[in-house]
Amino acid sequence: MRGGIVIAVRVRVEQTALPGVGVRHDLITEAGRRIGVITHRTGQRDLVLYAEDDPDASIADIPLTTDEAIALADLLGNPLVLGQLSSVEGAPGLRTGQITISADSPYVGRTLGDTRARTRTGASIVAVIRDETVHPSPDPEFRFEAGDILVVIGTQRGIDGVIAILARDDTDV
Amino acid sequence: MPDLTELLIEVGALLLLLGLLGRISRRFGLSPIPLYLLAGLAFGHGGVLSLSDSQEFFAIGAEIGVILLLVMLGLEYTAGELVDNLRTSAPAGLVDGLLNALPGAAFALLLGWNWVTAVVLAGVTWVSSSGVIAKILADLGRLGNRETPVILSVLVIEDLAMAFYLPLVTAVLAGASLVTGGKALAIAVVTVVAVLLVAIRFGHVISKAISVKDPEALLLVVFGLTLLVAGVAGKLKVSAAVGAFLVGIAISGPVAHHAAQLLTPLRDLFAAAFFVFFGLATDPRDIPPVILPALALAVVTMATKVVTGYLAARRAGIALPGRLRAGLALMPRGEFSIVIAGLAAGSAGVAPQLAPLATAYVLITVVAGSALARLPDTAWFKRLLRRRAQPAAPAPVPAAQ
Repeated sequence: MRGGIVIAVRVRVEQTALPGVGVRHDLITEAGRRIGVITHRTGQRDLVLYAEDDPDASIADIPLTTDEAIALADLLGNPLVLGQLSSVEGAPGLRTGQITISADSPYVGRTLGDTRARTRTGASIVAVIRDETVHPSPDPEFRFEAGDILVVIGTQRGIDGVIAILARDDTDV
Repeated sequence: MPDLTELLIEVGALLLLLGLLGRISRRFGLSPIPLYLLAGLAFGHGGVLSLSDSQEFFAIGAEIGVILLLVMLGLEYTAGELVDNLRTSAPAGLVDGLLNALPGAAFALLLGWNWVTAVVLAGVTWVSSSGVIAKILADLGRLGNRETPVILSVLVIEDLAMAFYLPLVTAVLAGASLVTGGKALAIAVVTVVAVLLVAIRFGHVISKAISVKDPEALLLVVFGLTLLVAGVAGKLKVSAAVGAFLVGIAISGPVAHHAAQLLTPLRDLFAAAFFVFFGLATDPRDIPPVILPALALAVVTMATKVVTGYLAARRAGIALPGRLRAGLALMPRGEFSIVIAGLAAGSAGVAPQLAPLATAYVLITVVAGSALARLPDTAWFKRLLRRRAQPAAPAPVPAAQ
């Protein structure tokens, strides 16, 4: 994770592997409550809330689709990540979008340079969010993994073009 | 050559029945495995109705079912996960093996059966059912619980241990001496370690050679490769099941993810055929005499699983309620116990009561285990724990690392 900025600077996030299921990240709030997120292999995420009297037991396990998880993250804390970006939304015709690299994307394991996204669509990939970490201005050597969330700026057409490129492996979009 | 139309009617009717049974069991939040076994018992030799033309179909289907159960298990884990788990949870796995395999072996010897049967019964009582338990954890919303990784680690180590245990059992059943058995085990150890190393180093390369873009080709390539390797492993006396497991481990990344999705319906179909076939091959009239021994064995080995889970969770710094949840969740035995008993069934050197005993044992542990796993969520159980905890521990249990 070279060059990454950990969002959770003042919060200790514990990571636990769930063999056969995925990964769980959890943290204890200042008020002493435990909250966790399970990231399934399939990309599904569960928001987990823990009981007050038994910190090992979950009282709610709320499954979220990728879109719902992104929406929730937006609501909760993304001012940190995207607050600066939202100012560009004021510019006419310019938009920001978030694109998740799905497990079946041909670009899993390949580099940003391989996509030639800017040349082909005019839109820029300005940051990649992986796990808790934001990688701002990824260089062309940046290698994608399934579940990476790309922050893209460009025209709606350009963003749609990047989505199309990442979803299938053709060289002439 | 069996009559083809008869075969279609029998297979169709039986699969239809299994589908209905599966729906019923899911309504009660139970695994369908016990009902599949019961259906097999009912239609087998000595049952209410005896199937004739489809026996052969179910025999072959059962073989493929075991192979698919194992390859899916391998696809679920990456080689890195297995090695990490071995590193962190080996003591828990060892305790699990000692506490649960030894009672099975001791029980067989106590009943006056030979040592070959004891080795087999040890495996039957050792391995918890990852399928049943994963379902219970998801149904009870416990995936996020802090004791869940502990439970999963124990299951992973058991599954990995099977890669060594199954070749040993295969050799022992073939009437091998201790030396040849040891040799089979050594070959298995070398093969498994080699496959793990190759999968960790070159997993990308292997998986890249298989394209995910064409689901039809992917299905055929992965399924064909699995059957081929399983067959070769069987020829080399390493056990076909272990060969399939290793194929699953060697495939990683998006290919594993897609292959698992494509193979799941096949696995469901052939695994059902496997459980039915095991039931078919067992004469239901043999069951009543072994019910009491099976019950005794189930009570003892369910208790030892609770101890296993308790100790493993305590080691991970989980508080008392979590330790009990871990222990109670580990109780059900299932597909693996039947796979092991199925390997042994019909072998000359094995006590003939083993298959009916294993059937009754799995029925009891799946049903009782699924019910008891819900116990820690009941109000009176929580009250009981609180009352016990108050005088003993005035300070709250620290959440240790």
